[in-house]
Amino acid sequence: MELKEVPLHAVAHARAGDKGNRGNISLMPYDPALYPVLAEQVTEARVLALFAHRGATRCVRYDLPLIHAFNFVIDDVLEGGVNGSLNLDGHGKSLSFRLLSLTVRIPDAG
Amino acid sequence: MSELFLVGNASGFSGDRIDAAPPVVRALVRSGKPAALFFECLAERTIALAQIEKRRDPEAGYEPMLERLLEPILADCARAGIPILGNFGAANPVAAARCVARLARRLGIEDLRIGVVTGDDVSGSVDLGNLAAHETDAGFDMSSWTMISANAYIGAAPLAEALSRGAQVVVAGRTSDPSLAIAPLMHHYGWAEDDWQALAAGAACGHLLECGSQVTGGVFWDPGFKDIPDPANIGFPIAEVSPDGSMVITKPWDTGGLVDLRSVKEQLLYELHDPAAYLTPDVVMDITGVTMEQLGRDRVALRGVRGHPRPDRLKVTACYEGSWLGEGEVSVAGPNTLARARATADVLLQRVQQRGLARRARADLIGVSAVHDSDDGALWRSYDGPEPPDIRIRLAVETSTRDDADQAAREVLAMLCCGTAGTSGARWRVTPRLLTRSFLVPREMVPIEVRVLEARAWN
Repeated sequence: MELKEVPLHAVAHARAGDKGNRGNISLMPYDPALYPVLAEQVTEARVLALFAHRGATRCVRYDLPLIHAFNFVIDDVLEGGVNGSLNLDGHGKSLSFRLLSLTVRIPDAG
Repeated sequence: MSELFLVGNASGFSGDRIDAAPPVVRALVRSGKPAALFFECLAERTIALAQIEKRRDPEAGYEPMLERLLEPILADCARAGIPILGNFGAANPVAAARCVARLARRLGIEDLRIGVVTGDDVSGSVDLGNLAAHETDAGFDMSSWTMISANAYIGAAPLAEALSRGAQVVVAGRTSDPSLAIAPLMHHYGWAEDDWQALAAGAACGHLLECGSQVTGGVFWDPGFKDIPDPANIGFPIAEVSPDGSMVITKPWDTGGLVDLRSVKEQLLYELHDPAAYLTPDVVMDITGVTMEQLGRDRVALRGVRGHPRPDRLKVTACYEGSWLGEGEVSVAGPNTLARARATADVLLQRVQQRGLARRARADLIGVSAVHDSDDGALWRSYDGPEPPDIRIRLAVETSTRDDADQAAREVLAMLCCGTAGTSGARWRVTPRLLTRSFLVPREMVPIEVRVLEARAWN
């Protein structure tokens, strides 16, 4: 089957939260059929690389197949967290949309 | 007991929309079912700011919007037997109770029973220096910091006790957020303190509702992708909880926003790390077996939450006066914007460094890259996309003294004359920085007191 490359934002939604200097980002495909595709392509390594410029040290992905969701937990991504960061977004709540800018290759329905 | 119990939420943080409660209360009353309403008003730093207020004025230090939040609904809730719970006591729950009492007397409900839960403030009683730091906070040198506040996240049991003693309003300081929903469920269904399955269902209910509109369309809507009705009037959430721990998340029918599988999933995972072990003082919640079903418009059923025994120790978060934040912004626009913005940022950083003002400094190019960027500007420095029409340059510094922060921020002001061509729109400000650290404390070091008095008796 033909594949096309799209930003995650076209096929999935996400929300970011914080605790200290650790962030989490949930990721859910709109179509549950894409769950295995995202599971294969949105890896811990790719997500960690997306936040390498912020000094992120570790990324763990928890899979929740019953509700077709992933939870990425990223250590040291908040440059000190809400109380220590110089970033306007000390909570890192905008970071879900950096994840959604990552591209994936999905089956092209034509 | 087979009847449903309804839990409504009317605030997700201190600063939330002030008019959220009335539609929720109308829906709870109209249901005719037993119900409770809670307000979550206390973020990590809110309590430290409240502690500073309390030092200035011994009758301050609680949620400043308290009266405004409760006035439209207090009489209706009292009449309908809907208890109100909130951590709106912040650093001064007793003063908050007096505020509620004054309001009740003004509204003619002098016999309103107001409960207060105190003991979470451990700043004078626990020596944190000897305790283990929380895992995310290990390895910081805090020797030069001055502590402002230290509060334990207490659980649902004292809140439930206040309800069992007839409290119609329960005023607390630092509680764990989900406990505000667990408490009325514990009280109504008679759940034991070690009924982990039941408590975990309560924790899920609290977790889904504690951020208010975040489960009903707030921080969810994304125009063209996730549209919601009437985002100016998002309805706040209601959970219909069954005795078996399953629940339906919904919202008042006459409000904006929505409840669907997408909004509930986003909130279920919000600020959650290991989905098998979400820690609260009441129970460890495990959502790995959760399933959801859309039952109808704005109605999502959720079941399968599992519970594990609660942690032995309580989390204490302490806030410290650590340093100062200086910020300044200035704008450029039109031809050659990007080059002028980059040069402005570099000069500001150079000035701050030259004068030895800051321990740490950062520049952002708002309109190119800011919130996703790093302190060293990795993204805006490497940006090679189209030239934006308008860029705002922001300088942010961390300094040891207020004066250094002010001097650094004023470097932005000086750019009005010394900056690149067409520089304008300077704004700057200085704010004290609060640093927080968390510790784990044995439960017996945090004795909790519950008092319940009628409005006429709170003076």
